[in-house]
Amino acid sequence: MLEIKNLHASAGDREILRGIDLTVNAGEVHAVMGPNGSGKSTLAQVLAGHPAYEVTEGSVTYEGQDLLSLDPEIRAQQGIFLAFQYPVEIPGVSNAYFMRAAYNEIRKARGEEEIDPISFADLMDEKMKLVEMDSDMLSRSVNTGFSGGEKKRNEILQMAVLEPKLAVLDETDSGLDIDALRIVAHGVNSLKRPDNATIVVTHYQRLLNYIVPDYVHVLAGGRIVRSGGKDLALELEAKGYDWLLEEAVA
Amino acid sequence: MSSSIETLVNREYAYGFVTEVDADTLPPGLSEAVIRLISAKKDEPEWLLEWRLKAYRRWLTMKEPHWPNVTYGPIDYQSQSYYSAPRSVTPLQSLDDVDPELLKTYEKLGIPLNEQKFLSGVAVDAIFDSVSVGTTMKEELKAHGIIFCSLGEAVREHPELVQKYLGSVVPHSDNFFAALNAAVFSDGSFVYVPKGVRCPMELSTYFRINSEGTGQFERTLIVADEGSYVSYLEGCTAPKRSTNQLHAAVVELIALKDATIKYSTVQNWYAGDKQGLGGVYNFVTKRGKCLGANSKISWTQVETGSAITWKYPSVILQGDNSTGEFYSVAVVNNHQQADTGTKMIHIGRNTKSNIVSKGISAGHGQNSYRGQVKVMPKATGARNYTQCDSMLVGNQCGAHTFPYIEVGNNSAQVEHEASTSKIGEDQIFYLKQRGLSAEQAVSMIVSGFCKEVFKELPMEFALEAQQLLGITLEGSVG
Ligand SMILES: Nc1ncnc2c1ncn2[C@@H]1O[C@H](COP(=O)(O)OP(=O)(O)OP(=O)(O)O)[C@@H](O)[C@H]1O
Ligand SMILES: [Mg+2]
Repeated sequence: MLEIKNLHASAGDREILRGIDLTVNAGEVHAVMGPNGSGKSTLAQVLAGHPAYEVTEGSVTYEGQDLLSLDPEIRAQQGIFLAFQYPVEIPGVSNAYFMRAAYNEIRKARGEEEIDPISFADLMDEKMKLVEMDSDMLSRSVNTGFSGGEKKRNEILQMAVLEPKLAVLDETDSGLDIDALRIVAHGVNSLKRPDNATIVVTHYQRLLNYIVPDYVHVLAGGRIVRSGGKDLALELEAKGYDWLLEEAVA
Repeated sequence: MSSSIETLVNREYAYGFVTEVDADTLPPGLSEAVIRLISAKKDEPEWLLEWRLKAYRRWLTMKEPHWPNVTYGPIDYQSQSYYSAPRSVTPLQSLDDVDPELLKTYEKLGIPLNEQKFLSGVAVDAIFDSVSVGTTMKEELKAHGIIFCSLGEAVREHPELVQKYLGSVVPHSDNFFAALNAAVFSDGSFVYVPKGVRCPMELSTYFRINSEGTGQFERTLIVADEGSYVSYLEGCTAPKRSTNQLHAAVVELIALKDATIKYSTVQNWYAGDKQGLGGVYNFVTKRGKCLGANSKISWTQVETGSAITWKYPSVILQGDNSTGEFYSVAVVNNHQQADTGTKMIHIGRNTKSNIVSKGISAGHGQNSYRGQVKVMPKATGARNYTQCDSMLVGNQCGAHTFPYIEVGNNSAQVEHEASTSKIGEDQIFYLKQRGLSAEQAVSMIVSGFCKEVFKELPMEFALEAQQLLGITLEGSVG
């Protein structure tokens, strides 16, 4: 589904990603961990096409096409979804209106008819249950004045509505209380299908008890310094990153 | 960036066409003789001619104002024509007799005048250059005692009303452009809603400048008698021309006791090209008077067009407990300039005013909010709330705020809040990541920013306004 080869990316003159290789197949869950500032969010943003980053080397193939040549909205329309580490506030635009517009764009791209507001409301009812969100969140402005946890839940709600093929969750667990963590994880798990894949960026093994990864990768200094199974996360939890960084230097 | 943006950047102003009609156009120039000629063509009574001449003489002694925060070259008032009318229009004709070319023009503009195609619930007065082409739904309105016609017709049919109120809010000597308008005004709409009547439909005027080198000087007068209600809409377009066209209109509103007037404008005059060549100079005086107690006047404007906009829809709060409102969205792109805002003059006791201004600047556009809140010594318990927000798209544009607050009564409460924000790359990216195009993203963010104003507009207008906003801002983000 996704093949990243020797990916280098910079912001301004600063190189952040320095040769990433990663293959994600349909049906898989990959966890990406690593110290602060190691480039996890940058990787997520580059996959989504954020204009602040320039890819200087390497390639990304998504479903057989050159992902990097596509505009961000086309990537989204083709099934790439990024749950932002810091979801953005859009004052004055209701969550429901925004989600319907997004949903319709994605339907159009799939060659489907636009949905009418009433059917959309039914769809939302169902999806809101999945993330146990209160319906008044729909009439509020997108992320505006939402608490940290509400913003994260709102990201998963969007994911549930848009049903992406490849979802990248950037620290969706940070800032969630224990119950919310369970709810969000449940949401993600119930959206899992054999034909989609998830990349979960996280700092905490805790989340991985709920969303069990097939692979765990450790990013440091813009490179993947170690990949392994779900046990790697447990090992990191116990030992921290230092031993890995030392090994990588050695 | 994306090629879709480029196509949109180059999208043309959709209303820029010219209608070929045989027009009766006065040669350029302004003099007493020209004014007499205009008055004669309109078959006006002596008092009106006298009023025009008085205004003209006054105008000759006045200077064009240069305090607005806008720049333009000198205007040659002798090189304009002050009257142009399609020859096929005769006074008081029925809509069936309207020249098919003109009907087609309005059709193209999305304003069908053809009786069967009426927008439901809206009556339209269509003004083409200097004259009214026709007014729809007249009979139905008449059944409620509502008068809705061109001002020219009102002068003939209801002279007592016109004479009583014309110039009672914006006197002939008010300012340079208002005096010019009083001298040469061509046509405009007239509305009278009788006591206790709630006007059952939206009334609207659609202004169209067609001829080249012709200024448009329409004048609108709306009187809401005691306990009545009326909602009025105004729309405008003009062909694309490389020369600037002058539009100096006057609107007067009078609300008697317990009456409410809601006046909404979607202004989309031709704005000039991307380099700033051509476009309409929109120098307009709009003012309402809350004459009676408990009356209310509410202005809502969405200003997307014109090369230069200079207008301050204002309310004189004379009646006790009267309310004035001003909701404004002004957007400038490319080289457009806008200096707009309002004046709220509190005279009566417990008068309230509410101002919400949203300015959006893109390209090289310059947007100024200028607002005055004046509380007179007798206005005990007066309250004003002003909120003034600016949004910048790109970094070559400008937003400026000039609030003037004068409080002459210490029981008054006046609040002013202002903010400036920049449309964020992160906001646009967030929306794109959800599948929306750059245009959709910008128009969604801007619509959200303007929400408090849009919700004041009648439904169909709100959608149109939102689309216009999107079109005006096209190409402003890469
Ligand atoms: N747009 C940018 N301009 C300049 N520097 C940037 C930009 N984006 C990221 N960086 C820098 O690149 C490095 C990697 O940032 P990134 O956000 O990808 O880290 P992260 O692994 O997600 O960290 P965290 O765990 O704290 O979220 C950091 O040093 C950061 O300051
Ligand atoms: Mg991060």
